[in-house]
Amino acid sequence: MRMVGDLGIAEDAVQEACLAALTQWPAAGEPASPRGWLTGVARHKALDLVRREARRSAKEEAAMRELGGPSHPAHPAYPAQGPAMTWPRVTGAVSKAGATRGGGPDPARQAAAATGDGTADPASPAAAAAVSDQLELIFMCCHPAFAPAARVALTLRCVCGLSTAEIAAAFLVPEATMAKRLARAKGKIRDAGIRLRMPAREDMADRIGAVLRVVYVVFTEGHKASAGPALIRGELCDAAIQLARGLAQLLPGEPEVSGLLALLLLTDARRAARVDSSGDLVLLADQDRGLWDAAMIDEGEALLLAALREGRPGPYQLHAAIAACHSTSRDAAQTNWREIAALYGELIRHEPTPVVEANRAIAVAMSEGPAAGLVILDAVGHHPQLGRWPQLHIARADLLSRLGRGEEAAGAYRTALELDPTAAERGFIIRRIGELTGDAGADCS
Amino acid sequence: MKYLFLLHTAGDGVPADVASAEYSQTFAAYSAANAAMAKAGVLIECAPLGPSSSATTVRVRDDETILTDGPAAEIKEQVGGYTLVDCADLDEALKWAATIPAARTGSVEVRSVIDVQPPR
Repeated sequence: MRMVGDLGIAEDAVQEACLAALTQWPAAGEPASPRGWLTGVARHKALDLVRREARRSAKEEAAMRELGGPSHPAHPAYPAQGPAMTWPRVTGAVSKAGATRGGGPDPARQAAAATGDGTADPASPAAAAAVSDQLELIFMCCHPAFAPAARVALTLRCVCGLSTAEIAAAFLVPEATMAKRLARAKGKIRDAGIRLRMPAREDMADRIGAVLRVVYVVFTEGHKASAGPALIRGELCDAAIQLARGLAQLLPGEPEVSGLLALLLLTDARRAARVDSSGDLVLLADQDRGLWDAAMIDEGEALLLAALREGRPGPYQLHAAIAACHSTSRDAAQTNWREIAALYGELIRHEPTPVVEANRAIAVAMSEGPAAGLVILDAVGHHPQLGRWPQLHIARADLLSRLGRGEEAAGAYRTALELDPTAAERGFIIRRIGELTGDAGADCS
Repeated sequence: MKYLFLLHTAGDGVPADVASAEYSQTFAAYSAANAAMAKAGVLIECAPLGPSSSATTVRVRDDETILTDGPAAEIKEQVGGYTLVDCADLDEALKWAATIPAARTGSVEVRSVIDVQPPR
């Protein structure tokens, strides 16, 4: 990858090298340093490919002219055609560790993955190089020169190995649109000269922040899909957790990185309980906690404790701590809302947004009573953007109904409906309106 | 790789009065930035441009040359100067772009310069 600045050609080269490895290794036995061998072979193949591409562009131009389409001499056609290219799981330790969904990591599997490619000794130059390569790739995909949407697409493609079709489906855009987005981003890598390199020390904090944000966006979209029939898109949650695991191994000294992993594990542990049989949202308070994944919760809590011990708290660790408050409560009634409210109060200092304040309002309401919470929510509700946030009105409605102000609560729910919530929320809201107004099948459309 | 910085600022070019304090400050700020780039060995060339209000725009349509008084596009931030550098990669170019005074008051557009291939 270092010698070719063109991501498309590098992907082709590595894939061919992997194919060669697959056919040759069983016969010849695995070489002593599979990763080194692969890189060596890949370099050869990259040169071949660069030469072939040079000849191909001319052929493509000729073909384009015959077909009557536009010719793009600087942009050989990729990545839409052909089979999906995947970044090979060469450094098994990074990508295999998170492959199992549910039940947490399998220590035996992790150990096997770690030793599988000759980079088991973390002190070895091969291991260090593998880590460096992976980090450089992730930092490149999350480079600030790309728009956030492009960063997410590139990361899912090049680091997680999702196909263009899979990414398009995940974000509910046509495949052609996603292909274009990826092609533009790859074109920019080449045209603008974005190279694989570790960010400078003074940029590290920002650049790690950018990477964490990408992972968080991917998870959030999977946890609560912004459109489409399903509330949860499990494959995105899985991809995000896999990324977070990789990052936690690559950047062991960064508590915010393990804080993010902890947050994702603690949150995703609830997956099975969050949707009912009709596909509607089940509130945290109503979830069957027996369905929560205990192993993921244990792992998440352990990671969080280790991170907090570093003494460098940050937003992801705080979010994880809030999630841990829920996961440690055997039932909703035992939740330590005072602690959660305090954590949100701390989070506000890192993330001074109305959304955080709104969540704090709910926590305060739960610990001091709905009236206290409503005061905060009403104060926050004047924020222009927040007024268009369905969750705010759902929260208000909840507090109002607890105060016995049923009509106002129903009104708040109806406002939430008008703001176009997701299908799963819609079902939940309509049911609540029905309960409040006594009309089980009320026409609330 | 070569990069061209297009310096966009809201004002109309270099301060007119060479004796003014504003002129001295601007001169000093740009001199410092350019000197640093020269010392780092990345600077190829740089210059301020005449005010966009004094620009003349040339278009040829149907063999007819059309001249317009003023810049090609009426935008709030016009190009007031340029810097041509040679850097290892975009990260390095972006670092230098941030040191240019125009980045504080306006914006610096960073464009890679293409190595033109003759047609095959």
